[in-house]
Amino acid sequence: MSDRQLRIVKRADAITERVVDRLRATGQLERRDFLRLGAVTLGGALLSACNSEGPKWADRWLKLAEKNNEKVERWLFSHTSMNRGSPNSYLAGDDFPSYFISKTVPVWDYSKSPWFLEIGGAVKNPVRLTMTELMNVPSKRQRIDHFCVEGWTAVQILTGAPMSEIARLVQPTSDAQYVDFVSFDKGYHESWDIESALHPQTLIAYAKEDKLLSPAYGAPARLHSPIKLGYKNTKYLTQITFMPERNGGYWSDIGYEWYGGT
Amino acid sequence: MTLPVATSAQSDTRTKTRPKARHHPVVRITHWVSALALVIMAGSGLRIFNASPAFARKGEQVWFWPWEGTPVPDYLTFGAWLGGARHWHFAMMWLLVANGLVYIGFLFLHGEWRTLRPVRGDIRDAFEMAKFYLHLRPNHPHQGKHNALQKTAYFVMILCGVMAVTTGIAIWKPVSLGWLTNLMGGYALARWWHFLAMLILALLAVVHVIMVFAVDPYAIRAMTTGAYDEDRFSPEARNARPFEHLLPAHPEVTVESESNT
Repeated sequence: MSDRQLRIVKRADAITERVVDRLRATGQLERRDFLRLGAVTLGGALLSACNSEGPKWADRWLKLAEKNNEKVERWLFSHTSMNRGSPNSYLAGDDFPSYFISKTVPVWDYSKSPWFLEIGGAVKNPVRLTMTELMNVPSKRQRIDHFCVEGWTAVQILTGAPMSEIARLVQPTSDAQYVDFVSFDKGYHESWDIESALHPQTLIAYAKEDKLLSPAYGAPARLHSPIKLGYKNTKYLTQITFMPERNGGYWSDIGYEWYGGT
Repeated sequence: MTLPVATSAQSDTRTKTRPKARHHPVVRITHWVSALALVIMAGSGLRIFNASPAFARKGEQVWFWPWEGTPVPDYLTFGAWLGGARHWHFAMMWLLVANGLVYIGFLFLHGEWRTLRPVRGDIRDAFEMAKFYLHLRPNHPHQGKHNALQKTAYFVMILCGVMAVTTGIAIWKPVSLGWLTNLMGGYALARWWHFLAMLILALLAVVHVIMVFAVDPYAIRAMTTGAYDEDRFSPEARNARPFEHLLPAHPEVTVESESNT
């Protein structure tokens, strides 16, 4: 506790003690003392609430709210709501922040093995795509916003294979309700609901502003969609698995919302 | 205190029953619920803001906020970390919206909106009120339920609440409800409108609380139990400026002390 905090606590203690003394002596609580005691109680409650996570009993309610928020968000979701990358805005270019969870920028080591994208799980036709094969999938180039959970946005132009095209290739079975996107960045992965994964703007991107992705931005390929918050968009992609159940994700397991939709 | 018991002698009890409460129970309850909800929304919102305390898109600059990149002090925040604050923010928003709808619905169904709507003459009345507070006029202007400054503040607070909710929805679902976000000039601007609504609301709330203690502490009881003796305790009856004439005049007491001398 800092000196200032200690002084505040001591002052509150002195006020309380005086009020209690007077109460003992006179047997009644004066209006002024009642207000003082009220101020100390309320002030204490507010001070202890400062920057706290809130009471433990609230966790149940917060979880319940998150569950129901997801229902509302999935109800609001539609395949026809598109993002147009903030018209009249600048491209972020190299000002686009770059995040990864490894200590250094993850770089695929081609000397050990070539890069593949493995797509499987609850699908009729699992495939293993090389970069050339991925580029041969009918591609899409889009100028879109990126929405970070922290609150910032940035505009970029990404080119890649739409997930809807990839799904056409592998043909998910009817029980495939979720999709997991796995990376080679220290076990980073995030699972998605299938509706969001098949949104027309969900891409397996390999180029940013018409140049192949650099390691900072998720080379060789990354998942990207404006309909999910940044942390749901796995970079350094190696595997896409269709699944009947969700399996969390790196940030979702830490405590951020699993749905993370925009 | 014993409450008068209703008897069959109607005409007799009518004068003894408690005076009509200054605020309807719906107003009293929604007032305190919104106080709680707004404190939590502002605290958790500021914690979220601190994760990226800037309004510009990456690579752009804004001219309307000189403190780009400066976080607010931790003691103004609630939720401890970004994820925790988001859980609180997205849970408490339902309480805020439900409470707000009940309140606004009540205002309309009960005709209470008439005590808050802006009318012609408000500017003049507000000017007179300001003159009174600045000692440029000796007596308190005549007022209805609220004085003109107060009424304007409450009306603006309701508008800010509506603005905070709509801009909040716009930055919660900037793609699914992209039309709303675009209506506000895009995500980055909508986020600024959201912050501005909070800022004005917080400022007015702070002034409101200060004025309650400095001018009309009796309003605390009026907003809790409803009891308020307007003829004796209203600021107009006391001719009260901030920190002046907090106690009502006691004509009985003066008469007694005079007779003693």
